[in-house]
Amino acid sequence: MASPSMRASDARGDLHSENQILNMGPSHPATHGTVKFLIELDGENIVGLDIQVGYLHRGFEKECESGTWYQAIPYTDRLNYNSAILANIGYCLAVEKLLGIETPDRSQWLRTMAGELSRLGDHLTRCGAACLELQAMTPFLYGIEARELTWDLMEMLCGARVTSNYVRIGGVKHDMVPDFPARCRENIVKIRGLLTDYDDVVTQNRIFVDRLRGTGMLAKEELIRYGVTGPLLRAAGVPLDLRKDQPYLKYAEVDFDVPIGEVGDNYDRYLVCVEEMQQSLRIVEQCLEALEKLGPGPVDVDDPRVRWPAKGRVFNAMEELIQQFKAVTEGPMVPAGEAYHAVESANGELGFYVVSDGSAQPWKVRCRPPSFLNLQPMPKMLQGAMLADLIPTFDFINMIGGECDR
Amino acid sequence: MDDFGASALRRLLEAKREAVLATHATHGDATAWVEAAQVVDVLRLLRDDPACRFDMLVDLCAVDYLRHPDHEGPRFEVVYHLLSTTLLQRVRIKAGVPELPCQIDSCVEVWPAANWMEREVFDLYGIRFRNHPDLRRILLYEEFEGHPLRKDYPKERRQPLIGPRN
Repeated sequence: MASPSMRASDARGDLHSENQILNMGPSHPATHGTVKFLIELDGENIVGLDIQVGYLHRGFEKECESGTWYQAIPYTDRLNYNSAILANIGYCLAVEKLLGIETPDRSQWLRTMAGELSRLGDHLTRCGAACLELQAMTPFLYGIEARELTWDLMEMLCGARVTSNYVRIGGVKHDMVPDFPARCRENIVKIRGLLTDYDDVVTQNRIFVDRLRGTGMLAKEELIRYGVTGPLLRAAGVPLDLRKDQPYLKYAEVDFDVPIGEVGDNYDRYLVCVEEMQQSLRIVEQCLEALEKLGPGPVDVDDPRVRWPAKGRVFNAMEELIQQFKAVTEGPMVPAGEAYHAVESANGELGFYVVSDGSAQPWKVRCRPPSFLNLQPMPKMLQGAMLADLIPTFDFINMIGGECDR
Repeated sequence: MDDFGASALRRLLEAKREAVLATHATHGDATAWVEAAQVVDVLRLLRDDPACRFDMLVDLCAVDYLRHPDHEGPRFEVVYHLLSTTLLQRVRIKAGVPELPCQIDSCVEVWPAANWMEREVFDLYGIRFRNHPDLRRILLYEEFEGHPLRKDYPKERRQPLIGPRN
């Protein structure tokens, strides 16, 4: 603070000034995550930024270590609450890697489709909320209306809208209902319409473009050194996408493009996200076709270690009754060892590193959170930038508290 | 991801045989246990060697093996997952950390990505990273007592109430 008494020397030279510290958060209306920024300002320019995370820490790993392998799945729902299924898939694929299980085709198609619907919902939230935080209400409502349509589909598929808890070790909870494909195609048409409406008001909007162009940039070499993945890295021109580079599920069999940006500013990030939504819709359509062509079939692997026996047999045969009892009380015994499996989540590489001691309880479940690593270089992105640039940069980093803080 | 990092392991064995304690590649994940004192040299080699080019530190975490039925060696392991964004291969490096002195060298100078992840390991496991530029708690608050991901930290343990900071 400047001293109230003014000396003669002050009047001749520049006015005496000091950097100011501004506290933003942990619950600020213009940030879409619970996080606290300590911003050191010189006028309106950011000279220092300390990010304090951890407000949503709830001991995800500790909880996983004290339950069975199955009981960790609902916790993965609550990591990134915008795209719960992608975390379900990541965890189950890691455990299946340890078990050495190959899941049936039908469940893989269902997982791919559900994952892409999740990614779509996540990107819609990111782009919609970004507009809201830049004071544009209308595009936010378009985005949320479209997300509502994806959540309706989720409800039809898994019975829950947000915390879906759909994926199981060895398959999925159940098959889709018969009229799901028709409803899905109907909603895809509506979502495409809403995306066009959204595009019309946002993409060429002068205020929006001015706020985003040239802000939050960081060279791609730096981003790689900081472990940044996902749309942020692709916007900087690095075509790194696990769905292409290390195809899991059915991504090798579907046709889609990986959009990349040129300079890696917030506007490029926005464009990459918008294009990824279109690609997700394309993948969902291909999954529907494949599922219809495949016809009815099992959605769960036929492996007594993870699968519950058929109900009819449980009531009539001793072995199945015992197996059911053990499956419910203990859950699967996962062979001792370690495995890391990563999936491309909406924010980047979401990895699970699981360690087993051969018992029914995980020894360690580590979640590699993309939000946490993407947020880390934010002070670098904003070095010397205006305070107002913090908002769009944070929007497109899309830090999700549940996943960042676990 | 054709050879899942196996060629990188071969290169590591060639260049730094004395630092590598053991290797395995179960489930397709190429893994090497290395001497904790040399871990930063190994990581730098893997980053700079033209046959490896692991330019991204994907993940850094720790595991507590206290009372693990088949574990031998130091209580903790620090686990590094590396990715080469150009060669698209991965490798996992592990280094043991004893209970006392519970410390290992920091690799922030190799990849700045390690900064927050090492802070997290320090926060939740109490492993200190030598030469870390800013080793503070990150997910928990300063007054938190103990390190909750250690196996001897009971899940039900309560923490003392702390008053407002000012």
